[in-house]
Amino acid sequence: MQQSSLKSIIYDARLRGYFYQVFILGCLAFGLWWLIDNTVTNLADRGKTVGFGFLTENAGFQISSTLGTWLFDYKVGQSSYLDVYFIGIANTFLVAVLGIAGATVLGFTVGIMRLSKNFIIRSFATVYIELLRNIPLLLQLFFWYFAVLRALPSKRDKIEIIPDVVAMNITGLYLPAPVIEPGFIYSVIAFVFAIIITLVMKSWAQKRQFETGQRFPVLWTALGLIIGLTMLTFWITGSPMNWSYPEFKMTGAILRRGFQSGSGMVLVPEMLAVWLALTLYTAAFIAEIVRAGILAVAKGQTEAAYSIGMRPGMTLRLIIIPQALRVIIPPLTSQYLNLTKNSSLAVAIAYPELVSIFAGTALNQVGKEIEMIFMMMMVYLTFSVATAAFMNWFNARVKLVER
Amino acid sequence: MKKLTAAMVAVAGVAFATSASAATLDDVKAKGHIQCGVSQGLPGFSNADDAGKWTGLDVDLCRAVAAAVFGDANAVKFTPLSAKQRFTAIASGEVDILSRNTTWTMTRDTQLGLNFAGVNYYDGQGMMVPTSLGVTSATELDGANICTNTGTTTELNITDFFRANGMSFNLVAFEKADEVVAAYDAGRCDVYTTDRSGLAAQRGKLTAPDAHMVLSEIISKEPLGPVVRQGDDQWFNIVRWSLNAMINAEEMGITSENVNATQYNDVTPNVARLVGKEGNFGEELGLSNDWAYNIISQVGNYAESYEANVTPLGLARGVNALWSDGGILYAAPIR
Repeated sequence: MQQSSLKSIIYDARLRGYFYQVFILGCLAFGLWWLIDNTVTNLADRGKTVGFGFLTENAGFQISSTLGTWLFDYKVGQSSYLDVYFIGIANTFLVAVLGIAGATVLGFTVGIMRLSKNFIIRSFATVYIELLRNIPLLLQLFFWYFAVLRALPSKRDKIEIIPDVVAMNITGLYLPAPVIEPGFIYSVIAFVFAIIITLVMKSWAQKRQFETGQRFPVLWTALGLIIGLTMLTFWITGSPMNWSYPEFKMTGAILRRGFQSGSGMVLVPEMLAVWLALTLYTAAFIAEIVRAGILAVAKGQTEAAYSIGMRPGMTLRLIIIPQALRVIIPPLTSQYLNLTKNSSLAVAIAYPELVSIFAGTALNQVGKEIEMIFMMMMVYLTFSVATAAFMNWFNARVKLVER
Repeated sequence: MKKLTAAMVAVAGVAFATSASAATLDDVKAKGHIQCGVSQGLPGFSNADDAGKWTGLDVDLCRAVAAAVFGDANAVKFTPLSAKQRFTAIASGEVDILSRNTTWTMTRDTQLGLNFAGVNYYDGQGMMVPTSLGVTSATELDGANICTNTGTTTELNITDFFRANGMSFNLVAFEKADEVVAAYDAGRCDVYTTDRSGLAAQRGKLTAPDAHMVLSEIISKEPLGPVVRQGDDQWFNIVRWSLNAMINAEEMGITSENVNATQYNDVTPNVARLVGKEGNFGEELGLSNDWAYNIISQVGNYAESYEANVTPLGLARGVNALWSDGGILYAAPIR
C-alpha cells in the first residue's frame, strides 16, 4: 500500500510537472545569483565600486555643437555626466527620426519606381537597391563622410545654396536660426487651435457626405485656416520671431575667417553623413518591402479599379496602397528598429551620439562599464519598444478588417 | 554595433571571469604566451608591418616581459585596442598587459581597478596646425575646430587649456586615430591634437607632411606606461622590473651585443646582479635568475629599443634620456 502511493506520486504527471518547473526556476535563480555575485566579487577585487553617483559629477570635456548641446545648454565644467547622457540620447534620437523619415520617403519612391513600366526608371531603382543594400553600412558611412568632406570647399570658403541664407562648406551646412521672442506662444496656440478645428470640420464634412452626398472642400479650407489663422496671429502680436543669418567673414586673421560661431544654425558634416548613409542604406531595404507589398495585392484589384473608371494614380492611392500596407507595415517596423540601432555606428565618424560621448568619452573618464552600458542599452530598448508599439498600433488600424 | 557588442562582451567578461584570475603569472604560464594590448597602429610605439609583425617601444616592453617569463621574447600575442576599449580589455582579463601609450593619471590609478607599472615614455600633448594658418602660438587658436580621438586624456587637456585661456573651440572626436588624420587632412579641422609622439608618428600619413607644423606649446604631462590589473602584486612586479631592467641595462652600458660577454667576464657587482650571476632576484619574482639576461639579449636595453623605434620618427631623447644624461629616466636599482 505504502509502496504504491509513493509510486503514484512519482508517476503523477501534475506533480512531476511542478517539480520540473520549480527545478528550472531554481536553476535560473542560481545562475542569476552566481552571475551577479561573481560580478560584484570581481569588481570588489579590482577595487571598483558599483553605483550611479558619478552621474552628478561634472564632465570636463567639450562636445561638438549639435542639437543635444543646444537643447541641454552644455557648458564644460558645469554640465554633469547626466547631461552628457541626455545629449547623447537627443543626438541619437535626431538621426533616428530624420533617418526614418528620409528612408520612408525614399524607400517608397524607389519601391514604386522598381515596378514602373519605364525601362530606365525600373533599372535605376534595381541598380540603386542592389548597390546599397549589398555594401556594409560602416563602409558607406566612411564613404559618404570622406566623400562629402573632400567635395566641399574649405573652412575659409563656401558654396551658397540660397545667397546669404543657406550656405555650405567643410565645417557644415549653415542655415538661418529662428530667434524666438516672447509672444510667439500665441502663434503656436493659434496653430494648434486651427488643427483642432480642421479635425472637427473633417468629421463633420465626412458625415454630411455620407448623409447627403455633397462634398466639402476640406483640404483648401484647412490649409487656409491653418496658414491664415497662424499668420494673422503672428502679425497681430507684432511678428515675435526673427531670423539669425549665418555670418561669413573673408577678412582678418586667417583662422577667424569663415562662418562665425553664434550666428545662424549649423548642421555638422558628421550628422549629414550619418543621416545620408542611414537613409540611403535603409531605403534600399524599404524599397524591396514596398515592392513586395504592392505585388502582394491581387491583379484583379487593379483590373476592378480600372473597370469602374479609376485612373492609374487614383488606383494606386485608393486601392493598391491601402491593401499593400497590410503586408508592408510589419517588416517596415523591423527596418525602423534596425535604423535606430545602426545609428550607433556614427561613433566612427565623430558624430556625438550616445555610444560616442556616453559609452565612449564619459565611460573612459568614469570607468563604470556595467552601469553605463546598462543605461545605454535601456535607451536603445526604450526607443525600439516605443517604435514597435507605435507601428503595431498603426498596423492594427490598417490591417484587414474581417467581417 | 560592432563596438557596442565588443563592450557588452567585455561586460560579460567581468561577469563570467572567476576570481581565480588573480595569479596572472600562473595563467600566462598555463597558456604559454602573454596577451599584450597595444594600439591599432602608432608607428614607433606599436605598429604592425605588412607581415603582421609588431614593432615599437610599447611592443618591446611586452616582449621583454615574455623574455623574462618564458625566456622567449616571441611568446607574445598582440591585441590591437582602441583608446576606448583598452581599459575594459585589461580589466576583464582579455589582455595580461596593456602597453598602449597610456597616460598615467590619478583617476585611472584609483578608479579603474588598474595599476601603472611604471613609465616607459614621458610625453606631453601638442598641437599640429597647417602652416598656411599663420598661427605661431596655441594662444591664437580661439574659435578653432580641433580634431582628436575619443577615450583619451587629450579631450580633457585640450578643454582645460582652452578654458584656462578663455578661448572657445569646437571638438570633433573620432574613435580611431586613422579617421582623425583623414579628417584633419581633408581640412575638417584647423588643429590636430594628441601626444607629441603621436603627432610625430601620424604626420607621415598626411598628404603633405611639410605643410604642417607642431606648435611649441606642450599643454600637459603625459607619462605613458604599461598597465596591469590591480590586486596581483607579483605580476605587477614582473612588469615593473622588466622595464626597470631595460633602463638599468642602458645605465650600466649593457646591450644585446655585450650581454653575452658578462656571463664569462668579470663584471661589477651591479651588473652581476642584473644578469643573474649574483643574488636571487629572478626567483624572488617567481621567474628564473636569468630573467633580465634574457630581456637584454633578446630585446635589448632601453636605448636600443628607443633608437630602433622612436628615433626614426625624428623624436630626440629629450626628457626621455637617462637621469645621468640630463633626462628624467630613473629606474630603481636592482639590489
